[in-house]
Amino acid sequence: MLSELLSGSVPLQAYLLLAAVLFCTGVWGLINSRNAVRVLMSIELMLNAVNINLMAFSSYVDGQLIRGQVFSVFVITVAAAEAAVGLAILLSLYRNRVTVDMERFNLLRW
Amino acid sequence: MTIAASTQLICFLALSAVIVLGALGVVLLSNIVYSAFLLGGVFLAVAGLYLLLNASFVAAAQVLVYVGAVNVLILFAIMLVNKKEDLAPIPGLPIRRLLSGGVCVGLFALLTRVVVTTPWAKGPAPIGEDATVRIGEHLFTDYLLPFELASVLLLMAMIGAIVLARRDVQSVDPVTGEEVDQGLIEKARTPLLVDQPRA
Repeated sequence: MLSELLSGSVPLQAYLLLAAVLFCTGVWGLINSRNAVRVLMSIELMLNAVNINLMAFSSYVDGQLIRGQVFSVFVITVAAAEAAVGLAILLSLYRNRVTVDMERFNLLRW
Repeated sequence: MTIAASTQLICFLALSAVIVLGALGVVLLSNIVYSAFLLGGVFLAVAGLYLLLNASFVAAAQVLVYVGAVNVLILFAIMLVNKKEDLAPIPGLPIRRLLSGGVCVGLFALLTRVVVTTPWAKGPAPIGEDATVRIGEHLFTDYLLPFELASVLLLMAMIGAIVLARRDVQSVDPVTGEEVDQGLIEKARTPLLVDQPRA
């Protein structure tokens, strides 16, 4: 990895580490955000980290049959659907509770 | 070190700096509007990474879908629910943050160990410019079923989002003819949509 870095080309591990940083940031934000919109943003960050992984593997390991790129197109599609439904749920929650505080959403608590 | 390789390295470093700092800003900034715009910056930088990886089609899809649709949707949601509210303090919040931060750092250490110690196989050279053609072939041959299912999923998500976010506004009760206070509408009690007079 270090020899590749010194020769100037970007190694695969650099992409994977960047994706790991992004994913962990997203997990932390998902757990700690109190604003429901920010929770959705953190989920988008995590999805992007997964996409970076897929694209890096597709380019470095599977260079001819770029299956990782096809998978990331599917991930982008599902992420768009998830964002639309998630924000619609958020809007109807806001109408019922008049807040976006995650701590006060206890509709499903027994 | 050739010029092309070092340019690629510099681009990668700049884009990853934007991604990491932007993601930290998304998570840590207190103003949610700044977070949303930084999220757009992170999406754009990720699209730049895809360009570095010879994936122009996915980069274009990333810009169109994430920056053009998801980020705008998030901004609209912020506009619709933007109310200044003082969050009630929770006992033990700093401890919770520290603990979850420790868990995330541990997860990162685990991933780093896996990334560094695994001997990754070296694959064939990437096809580069023909990637878009190859994606099209994949989508219409061996990934045809997921492709069609994705369209059904998008239709379901669209209908579901409309059903969930629609507000049932009736200013007059159809049975008794009295004024109805819906209570579901967030700010103004006056309905935004005046319903048609019922026949």
